[in-house]
Amino acid sequence: MPQGSFTSHAMTEQSLHATDLTRTFGTRRAVNGVSLTLVAGDCLALFGPNGAGKTTLLRMLGGLLRPTSGSAAIEGIPLPGGAEVRARVGLVSHQTMLYDALTARENVEFSARMYGVENVRDAADDVLTRLGAASFADVRVRALSRGMQQRVSVARAIVHNPSVLLADEPFTGLDSAGASALTGMLAGLRDSGATIIIVTHNLEEALALCTAAAIMREGRFVRLDHAPIPAREEYTALYRELSVDAA
Amino acid sequence: MPPDSMVPRVLRRAPGFVGSTLAIARKDALIELRSRSVILSALAFAVLAITIFFFAWDPTAVASIDLAPGVLWVIFTFSGLLGLHRSFGVEQPTRAMDALLAAPVDREAIYLGKLTANLAFVILVQAISLPAVALLYNVPMGAYIWPLVGVVLLASVGLVAVGTLFSSMAVSTRLAELLLPLLALPFFVPVILPAAQATARLMNGRAVSEVSGYISILGAFDVVFLVVCTLLYPYTLEQ
Repeated sequence: MPQGSFTSHAMTEQSLHATDLTRTFGTRRAVNGVSLTLVAGDCLALFGPNGAGKTTLLRMLGGLLRPTSGSAAIEGIPLPGGAEVRARVGLVSHQTMLYDALTARENVEFSARMYGVENVRDAADDVLTRLGAASFADVRVRALSRGMQQRVSVARAIVHNPSVLLADEPFTGLDSAGASALTGMLAGLRDSGATIIIVTHNLEEALALCTAAAIMREGRFVRLDHAPIPAREEYTALYRELSVDAA
Repeated sequence: MPPDSMVPRVLRRAPGFVGSTLAIARKDALIELRSRSVILSALAFAVLAITIFFFAWDPTAVASIDLAPGVLWVIFTFSGLLGLHRSFGVEQPTRAMDALLAAPVDREAIYLGKLTANLAFVILVQAISLPAVALLYNVPMGAYIWPLVGVVLLASVGLVAVGTLFSSMAVSTRLAELLLPLLALPFFVPVILPAAQATARLMNGRAVSEVSGYISILGAFDVVFLVVCTLLYPYTLEQ
């Protein structure tokens, strides 16, 4: 396997495939030749220090950023694809991507409409309930705490039950109950066949959830682990050695 | 076996173009109705401008009928700019635009949804400013109110089409408040000139047939600006 590439060990139909993805900003290579293959049900935890290229990689896979070179495809459809491929992807960012003048429910319903979801009201209620956000569904987002906003943000991203979920720091601001609810929700998505990539610094939650883990540094994968991933203590030490100390 | 709640709901196709456009326009309208930031700032500007022009006006030197069209179009232009600046600003703090761009919605529908909401705000401000100008400057509008409303609406479409495009380009820059008028005002000129001329002639009691040329120019610019700006909008999003 070439340096900077990741291939799921399960050789079934590819859900997400990237070849030699590179993105430069000026003279700086934020992502440097990353290759990646994931199949349905894969959950990849992506760790790395600030500036490692994790968010840039996710934005390219989400179709928000054009790669400088290389290519990627979701369920066989090349990126950046049209509506057909965007309908398959859910995107969570460390920024909430919510409208603070709207209520939690209105935000999720708006997202559902944008994805062509049927029974918008029911879908929004369902996902808000599963994320433990039903009690503040009718509260305007600006009145919610950061953790509550994050639950609504995740609800917005998965209301259409995406087959690929790209989650950048999804645990931001969540308390332990919120993190557990989110972990349960993501596990449900994974078990239903969705492919998930989680960028996070929360090793505990991510390692409990994911079937694979990678550490990124200077735009490349520097360590790749398939299930069984090393235990949390061991992995934390590896992470520190490969990212924090190196940075 | 996945639980029922995990069965994909998505239809694996884009929502309709018109449906997306209207949903975006409705979302922007709802946000504005709650925050009132655009409407209040535009109305405050309009009232202030009308009042300043009124007190600076010497009725013995300039007839109201000669002053009113200019006052009207200064107010429409700059109050419109105030609103347009906020158009894409609502998406900025939380990067909500990323969520819109990641959704299976045509970029053109995003632009037209924004344009529809902006047009509604501009028309609302105009609906209040027009009678206020008529009242303060004692301009009887009864005889030509509908042709005048037609001219104002036609001009508004052109102004908002250009302003919405430049608002999307300026919003992510550090000098957005300066950049939007710098970019948009030169493109407003071909719309404002015939609109102001038509307004002056209508207020002077000329027949509608005398301003039909200006109306045709406005219509032509509306079509050109709408088509060109709609087609250009996706390119302003390239990263």
